[in-house]
Amino acid sequence: MSTVALGGPAAHRRRNYRLRRGLGEAVALALGALILFWTLMPIYNIINVALESRGDVFTTTIWPANPSVESFWIVFTQGYWYLEYFWHQFGNSLYIGVATVVITLMIGSLASFSIGRMRLKQGWLVSNAALLTYVIPASFLAIPFYRIMHIYGLSNNLWSVIAAEVTFATPYAIFIFQQYGVTIPIELDEAARIDGASPLQIYLRIYLPLMAPALVAVGTYALLLAWNEYLYQFLLLSSKKSMTVPVALAQFLNSDEAPWNYMMATAIVYALPPVAIYYVFRRRMTAGLAMGGVKG
Amino acid sequence: MDGAQALGGKATFPILESPVKRRRRSTWRGHLQGSEYTWAVAFIVPYVAVFLAFVVYPVAYGVWLGRDPGLYSELMSDPIYLRSAVNTAIYLAVGVNLKMFGALLLSGFFMRKDWWVRVLLLVYVLPWAMPALPSFMSIHWMLNGQWGLINNALWDLFSIDGPGWLETSRWLALGSVIASHIWKWMPFWTVILLAGRLAIPQELYEAADMDGATGVKRFTHVTFPLLANLYLVCTLLSTIFTLGDFNSVYFVSGGAPALSTHVLATLGIRNAFEVARPDLGVATVMSAMPLMIPLVIVLMRKLRTTEVQL
Repeated sequence: MSTVALGGPAAHRRRNYRLRRGLGEAVALALGALILFWTLMPIYNIINVALESRGDVFTTTIWPANPSVESFWIVFTQGYWYLEYFWHQFGNSLYIGVATVVITLMIGSLASFSIGRMRLKQGWLVSNAALLTYVIPASFLAIPFYRIMHIYGLSNNLWSVIAAEVTFATPYAIFIFQQYGVTIPIELDEAARIDGASPLQIYLRIYLPLMAPALVAVGTYALLLAWNEYLYQFLLLSSKKSMTVPVALAQFLNSDEAPWNYMMATAIVYALPPVAIYYVFRRRMTAGLAMGGVKG
Repeated sequence: MDGAQALGGKATFPILESPVKRRRRSTWRGHLQGSEYTWAVAFIVPYVAVFLAFVVYPVAYGVWLGRDPGLYSELMSDPIYLRSAVNTAIYLAVGVNLKMFGALLLSGFFMRKDWWVRVLLLVYVLPWAMPALPSFMSIHWMLNGQWGLINNALWDLFSIDGPGWLETSRWLALGSVIASHIWKWMPFWTVILLAGRLAIPQELYEAADMDGATGVKRFTHVTFPLLANLYLVCTLLSTIFTLGDFNSVYFVSGGAPALSTHVLATLGIRNAFEVARPDLGVATVMSAMPLMIPLVIVLMRKLRTTEVQL
């Protein structure tokens, strides 16, 4: 405290300010380090285990003793019996993802055009129905959904999963499209209408092209939803050839002594595409996010 | 991540706007001519069909499956069910609030302009960007008492014998599940609240500065009042999503030890498919309705009457 007396009140304040700022920086850095540690630990564990060889998994080291990419090789060459159809299953996941995207975009954009642009009188009813679907947890609907897919004759069929994913992706699509549609001047529709364009023409030539950014955002959302979802795929797909990657991945847990290194290598191969897509479309994706907590 | 700006300015929910605003000049409203009305209906039919076939029908079927009151008295006398109901309550009370409060605080941290904070944000959202399965499986293995990373590290660094996180105690296992859920979902809500904070006009802070409000006062008098509604809506939404969260519990603890950490969502699936009693499974899930229905009503009202800007 004796030094303070030398500087006078102004220097005191300045020093105090600098001290507080320095302290603030230090706290922020510590918090940042904590966040980094907390976030990366499970991810480090995935990579760590994937790089271990079969024997190392059941040891007490915290890093791979003899790192090898053997596990990835096994995954790529389908060299383990749980991975027998890995690429086929990868294809199934992709097929479901693409179909979900296309159908969701079609149904969602048509509905939003009718509600938001043509202002169909009963549109609010549909909007509320979509909102309701959005807030019902998907897992609560799984049991009757499973039975109904049997009634529809779609058991163990990729289309049953596509139906489920579309059901849960469209409400979000309708919201985002309506939200975004407000920014497109309605006068464009009016002008086209005066020129004698039919609603279908307006939808195809004006609405869709101008909605492109929203289509990308929702398409990405639907793709990730379908790729990441587990419960419905697990319940609805039972044979090895119709399974998707997450279902195949969870299958590993059925064996008594799971080969964790193969499992984690599979997990990495499965997780990389959505993570890449997420970071590429990150800016677009975050549109109207509160409605878009990826369910599942 | 300026979510609100990403799709061209302020994003609002059009259906949720006040009626006054909607009554602007519109070409089609009210006077759709004959063929146009047909088109409008035709455009909406696909979604209505999906809704009827895959939402209304399953819901009705579910209600029909779980119609027998006897099922509920059966559940009430089942200790596993009662424990799962308690777990669900804890999971919601602790999990949702910790997650949302953490997200609120961290969204403030991520407002900082330093370059390393921006990079950190990209890393921080990774749990949310990743599929749930790999991370939860990894956490499950990480918490293994014998070979898991955590106990290995505890032993290597401090020579402590860590507990069997998921194998021995219900509370340790439930805590691990809640922590995993927070790990996965806090980044998402942080991003939402961050977007909310970014939407607050900077002038308000300048005015507050002028009046001498700093630090905590800035937060309690400017940020929080403006963020309160968003925070509430997010908390409600998150409660519903957490109620339906299947993956965290199923893959991290799997209900172990001794079926003591199930929640309603996982117990419902277990009853329906492992015990092969679909009616009991539906009843398990339906027993959450007294909580679900008020939540849904409040949330839908909230979303409709207030303009939520995200």
